[in-house]
Amino acid sequence: MNINTTKIISLLFFIFSSFYLYTAYQIQVFAFDENAPFNARTFPIYLGYAGLFFSGLKLILPDPNTIKVDHKNLEYKKTGILILIAIIYGATILKVGYFLTTSLFLFASYYFLGERRWILMFLLSFPFVAAFMYLLHGILDIYLRDPFLQSIGVMG
Amino acid sequence: MIEGILIGLTTALTFQNILMVMVGCFFGTIIGMLPGLGPMTAIALMIPITYGFDPATGLILMAGVYYGAVFGGSTSSILLNAPGVPGTVATSFDGYPMAQQGKAGKALAIAAWSSFAGGTLSAIYLLFMAPSLSKVSLSFRSPDYFALMILGLTAIAAFSSKGQFLKAMMMVVLGLMLASVGQDSLSDITRFTFDNMNLTDGISFVLVVMATFAMSEALTIILKRNDPTSAAKQVSLTELGSIRINKEERTKMYKTIPRSSIIGFLIGVLPGAGATIASFLAYGMERNVVSDEEKEKFGKGSVNGLSAPETANNAACSGSFVPMLTLGIPGSGTTAVMLGALLGFGVQPGPRLYMTNPEIFWSIIMSMYIGMVILLILNLPLIPYIARILAVPKNYLIPLILFFSVTGIYVMSFNNFDIYLMIGIAVVATFLRLYDFPMPPLILAFVLGGLMEENLRRSLLLSNGSWEFLWDRTLTACILATTVIIVLWHIYKTFSKKIKI
Repeated sequence: MNINTTKIISLLFFIFSSFYLYTAYQIQVFAFDENAPFNARTFPIYLGYAGLFFSGLKLILPDPNTIKVDHKNLEYKKTGILILIAIIYGATILKVGYFLTTSLFLFASYYFLGERRWILMFLLSFPFVAAFMYLLHGILDIYLRDPFLQSIGVMG
Repeated sequence: MIEGILIGLTTALTFQNILMVMVGCFFGTIIGMLPGLGPMTAIALMIPITYGFDPATGLILMAGVYYGAVFGGSTSSILLNAPGVPGTVATSFDGYPMAQQGKAGKALAIAAWSSFAGGTLSAIYLLFMAPSLSKVSLSFRSPDYFALMILGLTAIAAFSSKGQFLKAMMMVVLGLMLASVGQDSLSDITRFTFDNMNLTDGISFVLVVMATFAMSEALTIILKRNDPTSAAKQVSLTELGSIRINKEERTKMYKTIPRSSIIGFLIGVLPGAGATIASFLAYGMERNVVSDEEKEKFGKGSVNGLSAPETANNAACSGSFVPMLTLGIPGSGTTAVMLGALLGFGVQPGPRLYMTNPEIFWSIIMSMYIGMVILLILNLPLIPYIARILAVPKNYLIPLILFFSVTGIYVMSFNNFDIYLMIGIAVVATFLRLYDFPMPPLILAFVLGGLMEENLRRSLLLSNGSWEFLWDRTLTACILATTVIIVLWHIYKTFSKKIKI
């Protein structure tokens, strides 16, 4: 059997399905439902077995269409930075507020992706977010939580 | 029916809804022209905007994006041989050679008129077919629905997997597993939450769509160093030439359009099939029915060869609405996203939608006509100008996609956990994409997971735990037999390929 990344993913999926199946058997159902033809754990148990079946087949059967990914050509650094910025964005958005965090997120993302046209970067972050907020909050009446703007009295 | 059409027209012709069709078509055309960003991403990005609308308006906007994306995809196919969406690959076979001969304007015009005619004709088929099918589907019972969902999931796995059926089936199972997180709909018992309160209500559909499509596509573009906007930059520089279609070419199109629209519509109705298969089948059929002299021109700039796939892929878009509107079961990944959005509005699509929410049912159908007219206006004279808008560098495009994704989740839940979960799912999805694990089966399975469990529960309880319900009714047995045929056909195809190798 030829070991490639697809096989490793299938093995991980097999392990995940085993864990899912184990957890499915642990679901606590009501006593009167225990022997019912269908209860809260029935469908997940079938799913667990289905996961084992398909990933098991993928593991066992030969894989003629092996996908080769050239990792040297992949841009891991920028992708990683972008994910990190998104995580920081997620961590601060509730406390700081939508406007400031979103604008800073956009500005930082443009910068780390290699953009250096400062005026355009500014226009496509702060005023752009303000306009979008006006569209959502002002026109479409979609509530946006923003403690920062509320504290300075811009938002009600 | 007349009353319904009038209700639909009244709803679709309001200023707000016409505006939404226009915005949707415009936005869809732009996204459709960017190779790598398909209609599902475009629709997913629109979801936060639709929160502020009523269900009919929201769905009209998303439907407009869908046609627009398919329409826009044909432009990059013709001008650059770089199809924006898979459904327009067949368009490039004759569209691109025509553009190379200095007839790019003509090719765009043929594509635009064919798409318009295909979309309009299929909207007429939908108009007559959907109400009758709704009435028929009222006789469907739980076992039939369960079998239909199995068929839909198997079919989408078979058709979207590019020969990797097992990978697609693994994605189906993963989608169903994600859908099982949270409270059980009947007993309220929590499952797979690991005592995390944030998971009690389950994983949000919008979160999964944003993560697996919008966000993971953006990350994939960066990771693979792709630049989807590079194609658009070239479009604006291309000399288009005349857009006039002469009498001889029109005569050819008159014959091609009706037959291709029927094929496209019927393929679109089938669960899992859709615009890509429809366009290839229409192209193949057209090649078989034309004269030997015309056959020689296929692949070198044939009018029939361009008109057939363009008619079929737009007809298939309308066709894919049939199972969603009449059965409540989406036939494709794109309509699955729309179904999820409709469920978010509290509207349950299905046979009763026709009676309970006629304004939604009919206004979507009516808005299709309006959408086709708008797309024709957009695509014919405005393409070079739209293409210029597209020359936005990816350094701006990617953060904006991420921004829309996070905003979509933020305005829905105001919860950090959902944002982290979305980023986590997006990272996994990006990695899976690298190894050709398809995402549409995951989305369809996620949307259908709850319904599938409910119908299986009802069927098993009614049959006292026996699995005989699978063959007790002829309809159920027929649907399951079709599923088996699809699986067997797929296995045969895989093995016959290996033997040839």
